[in-house]
Amino acid sequence: MIALGRTYLLAIIAFLYLPIAVMIAMAFNDSALYTLPIQPSLRWFAALASDAPLLSATRNSLLIAAATSAIATPLGAMAALALERKQFRGRSLLRLLLLPPIAIPWLIIGTAMLVFFFWTGIGRGLHALLIGHVALAIPYVVLIVGAGLQTLRADLEEAAMSLGSTPIHAFFSITLPLWLPSVVAAALFAFAVSLDQFVISYFLSTPGVSTLPVEIYASIRKGFTPEINAISTIFLAVSSALILIFAQLSQLGGKRGSR
Amino acid sequence: MQLEANVPRAEASSSRQIPARRRWTTAALLAPAYGWLTLAVFLPLSAMLFFSFLKAAPFGARPLQLTLDNYLAFIRRPYLVGVAWTSIEIGLWTTGLSALIGLPAAIALARATRGRSQQVLFLLVVLPFWTNGLVRVFSWTMVLREGGVLDYALHLVAPTAPPVSLLYSFPAIVIGLVHAYLPYMILTCYLSAAAIDEAHIEAARSLGARTPVIFAKIVLPLCLPGLISGSILIFVPVIGSFMEPRILGGRVGVTMGTMIEDQFVQAFNWPLGAALAFTMLGVVLVIFAVSSRVLPARVIAQ
Repeated sequence: MIALGRTYLLAIIAFLYLPIAVMIAMAFNDSALYTLPIQPSLRWFAALASDAPLLSATRNSLLIAAATSAIATPLGAMAALALERKQFRGRSLLRLLLLPPIAIPWLIIGTAMLVFFFWTGIGRGLHALLIGHVALAIPYVVLIVGAGLQTLRADLEEAAMSLGSTPIHAFFSITLPLWLPSVVAAALFAFAVSLDQFVISYFLSTPGVSTLPVEIYASIRKGFTPEINAISTIFLAVSSALILIFAQLSQLGGKRGSR
Repeated sequence: MQLEANVPRAEASSSRQIPARRRWTTAALLAPAYGWLTLAVFLPLSAMLFFSFLKAAPFGARPLQLTLDNYLAFIRRPYLVGVAWTSIEIGLWTTGLSALIGLPAAIALARATRGRSQQVLFLLVVLPFWTNGLVRVFSWTMVLREGGVLDYALHLVAPTAPPVSLLYSFPAIVIGLVHAYLPYMILTCYLSAAAIDEAHIEAARSLGARTPVIFAKIVLPLCLPGLISGSILIFVPVIGSFMEPRILGGRVGVTMGTMIEDQFVQAFNWPLGAALAFTMLGVVLVIFAVSSRVLPARVIAQ
């Protein structure tokens, strides 16, 4: 029974990884029409270097992901601090308001942003993409950082203060070092959310200014372009590395953070 | 005399100042994040709700004309009912297959593996869900098309078989979506399955229950919360999906998602697109409301 269960589980994992394996294999296949069997070649990786739209989209993606992480992390961490450590009316309502950006289908949020940004004159482009991505990342940051704060005992800080430490000193010497792993995890998560985001970017980008997923979508609709496999393989390696670091960090942040 | 009068007043004002200052600190901590969410999510959703009641998008000098026409589109344009039904069918197939495949996998993960290997397998299940969804869908086109991996593998086994292509068909859309959302189902069912007390199963076994009976009477009922929350997590995004039907379905893949996308990107009928989006959002909210009644509080807390 147990052997059967394990075999089944491995079969499911094989199913989950099949298309990813195919993509990586095709990135190293010489044929432009994906013909089999595979003839090893690095020409698609080499072709990337001279594909200007793809390169500029990659640059935009990285830029926006870094900026999203840099903005969403402090904003979300501040909100989490207030939601976890302060008593005030309307706290549960504010918590509830974090859910719509996560639970409402991105198609609806993306089209709503398009309508509103167009109407108010904010328009589309890099700045609009940044506004959208930060908004999507904030709820995740609040949840991750909040979970990290819950595992921290507030009485440590109080003990420091009762021994003569000022609230600010107690925060920087006690709370912050213990809290840091979950903040770093949240920053990585925000980066990954932005890097992988397609739907919202699709509605907010302009033909000249797009992100990598949007550019990939455009290429897919045009037809065969094996360069997509090459760039996706690189992309995959980067986001897997980020997630592994994230998993490691949230384990450091305590068992609750890792759930 | 003046001094004495001043001291208590100063004390009183400083003791009132502390709570006021705390309130300001709290507000200052919250304002940037919620201000940003208001600008980028809540105001746009309100604007789109407003748009859905307009006859035409208010650009240029066009006058604002309120109408319910966009919400009556399902009556005025009967083909939309068919499109909505396709979306629901795709949602039901994807959710059902994910449950059928995912529940045994979750039980196997929870009960047939242990310790370090369990952690590794768990990470392996969750990891693909962090790879770019678009890229995974695109990879399926290389598997399913004529001359693709599936076709090639089949002809290695049976060289005389006719060429096989699943691409641009209903099954292709469902395969791509099941692949994309299966980890959700495994995750939620795993949380339920891992919480089952071994003692219940041993008690049943010592009383003579066979494995199928144990499954039907103990494991399945206890996994039900995980199955239900997994189904919601899958059904809601699937009926709103648009890139999977487009890429894997081709001309077959006309769904609510692609209809809404078309209204914004090609037809530029924003009020209709907005009304379709809010109709879909309404369905989503009803699903959430019903499920929060059905589900025990413990599951939601998970």
